Amino acid sequence: MLPANDKVALSCTNIHRYLGQGEGRVHVLKGVSFEARRGQVDAIVGPSGCGKSTLLYLLGLLDRQDGGEVWINDRKMSTGSDAERTAARGEHIGFVFQFHFLMQEFTALENVMMPMRKLGRLLLPAMEARARQLLASVGLGDKSHRLGTQLSGGEQQRVAIARALANEPAIILADEPTGNLDVKNSGMVFDLLTRLAKENGQAVILVTHNTEIANRCDAIRPMRDGLFI
Amino acid sequence: MSSNLHIAFRFLTAKKRAMLMSLSCIVLGVGLFIVTQATTSGFEEFFIKTILGTNGAIRIEDKIQYTMRSMAAGGFSSKYEIKTKEGRKYIEGIEEPKLLIDAVKRFPNVAGVSEVLHGAVIMRSAFKNESVRVYGINLDDHERVSDIRRQIVRGKIADFPGALSGSIIGIEMAQRMQLELGDTYQLEVGGQVRRYRVTAIYETGVSDIDRVRVYLNMGEARSLLQKITGASFLQVGLINRDRAQQDARSMTEVLQHNTKSWQEREKTWLEVFRALRISSAITVSVFTLIAGLAMFNTLAMIVMEKTKEIAILRSMGFTREDISQIFLWQATIVLTIGTALGWVLGAVITYGVSKTPINIRGIFAADTFIVSWSIWHYVTATVTAVAMVMLASLIPARRAARLEPGDVIRGTAQ
Ligand SMILES: Nc1ncnc2c1ncn2[C@@H]1O[C@H](COP(=O)(O)OP(=O)(O)OP(=O)(O)O)[C@@H](O)[C@H]1O
Ligand SMILES: [Mg+2]
Repeated sequence: MLPANDKVALSCTNIHRYLGQGEGRVHVLKGVSFEARRGQVDAIVGPSGCGKSTLLYLLGLLDRQDGGEVWINDRKMSTGSDAERTAARGEHIGFVFQFHFLMQEFTALENVMMPMRKLGRLLLPAMEARARQLLASVGLGDKSHRLGTQLSGGEQQRVAIARALANEPAIILADEPTGNLDVKNSGMVFDLLTRLAKENGQAVILVTHNTEIANRCDAIRPMRDGLFI
Repeated sequence: MSSNLHIAFRFLTAKKRAMLMSLSCIVLGVGLFIVTQATTSGFEEFFIKTILGTNGAIRIEDKIQYTMRSMAAGGFSSKYEIKTKEGRKYIEGIEEPKLLIDAVKRFPNVAGVSEVLHGAVIMRSAFKNESVRVYGINLDDHERVSDIRRQIVRGKIADFPGALSGSIIGIEMAQRMQLELGDTYQLEVGGQVRRYRVTAIYETGVSDIDRVRVYLNMGEARSLLQKITGASFLQVGLINRDRAQQDARSMTEVLQHNTKSWQEREKTWLEVFRALRISSAITVSVFTLIAGLAMFNTLAMIVMEKTKEIAILRSMGFTREDISQIFLWQATIVLTIGTALGWVLGAVITYGVSKTPINIRGIFAADTFIVSWSIWHYVTATVTAVAMVMLASLIPARRAARLEPGDVIRGTAQ
């Protein structure tokens, strides 16, 4: 049975975040509220510097907000302990960073297996099989034994996407996942993410500057100056 | 392999050269620690063996007499009268050796007792005169409380008890007086002169002994020194030498004779050895200290370089404990390899040193460096290295664990 679609996987209300110290303190997020449903792909768009990445870190429990709440699978995580938030990250969230992607001393395969090994749900051979399959689905089946340093930027980005999918997280947060990719690979990655959303009922939230991709999402959330408009 | 250990290995290989520095310091620290402990305690042990083999575990001499003084507290009719020990008076020598020997033998730790009579005499050979000391012994008894049989370097000790004019002389004495085995010489005391033959020559390595002691059979010594009864001291051998101090204390109490353990007698030298052992341990620990600092430095560098990796790991569900474990594992891996190599280095050098010729005479006789092989040297070296290196690793490991992924990604982590 598939998990009920349309169920809210992640929500945040009235999020505030200031960055910087003293004089340089900036009110980056000014009361953002947002909901992501299972089986749905949301695109967050907006000019550079409007706070998209900042919001994504908060949703991914990588950063603490200065005000507001974050809920994941009906559990309030914004005030949770570090241990709770860490466990939730490992189990429910797959995160693709905007810039740095891989553990450089590890092969693509090892990178993809790492979250699985941490979670420890599968046996090692099953982990490896799943990692290979994920790498194949982002078009890197033949480069699974390359180290991070031996892959191009776009290839690294695709490995990072495969890694974010490793534990079948309920929520996938991707910060410009197609930023370094050509049209063909962008299309492939985007198709993979939408297919996962539809088939597995995962909630996908991606930040993108690519209007074509944004238009193919279920919803577009334009953002400006720390607020959705 | 746990994923933390796996990650630790990979991080290590990213900073090979810095880690090699730390590793070699650990190897040197552990290895040299073992060598210095092996040699210092080797010499110490050998010195103790020499003490026990010459002057025995315990020596009983001089009867104690307490002189009491009474004090009437608060006037002379007061019922409080305090007896104070004003002092001890020693009466030289042992008046009733047979009785005392029987009493000593009742102590359970006693392995043997030998009565000794000694006195100063003049030794005359064809070349010169020297003042020496005669030690009258019963060989059977004395063998039980010393290593005299093994100290014989020339001649046969078995010939000694039978020969009235037989004597065992020290090697230094023999050289100075130019005496060979079978030669005769004269001993003079109180106007009487007697002739003796060199039955055997001994070497203890202790100059003070080898230069001055002449062993004679007890009966002959009594007649030469004109002491028909009594003894100068009793030499006691023990089953467990480490109990000597307690035994000496209770013997003093029970026997009312001045009794000294080997530890008390040789306190100065024993202290010197102990100080040497500790100071060399401290000196060599400098390497371990450097190993700790190098490890601190290397790990701190890796933490700085790997902040992004740390943030990625945290985003995948690795906890703060996982992160600090990853760094402590790195220290552990280097420590394990370093300690194992250090043991090998220590053992090899110790073996080499034990084959190195050296000529020591004076407080004992050694022809090569003396080492002692003890697992405790290895354990102590390891414990020191582990303590220093792990302590030094805690700080960077905790720092890594404290990093906030959000700060790292924004580049504002400190
Ligand atoms: N440490 C900081 N101190 C002060 N301001 C900061 C700090 N870090 C980020 N900012 C500001 O916060 C704002 C939001 O940054 P954020 O990275 O979320 O933008 P973004 O929408 O992801 O932009 P882009 O599309 O370029 O990735 C920016 O205006 C930036 O200048
Ligand atoms: Mg951004």
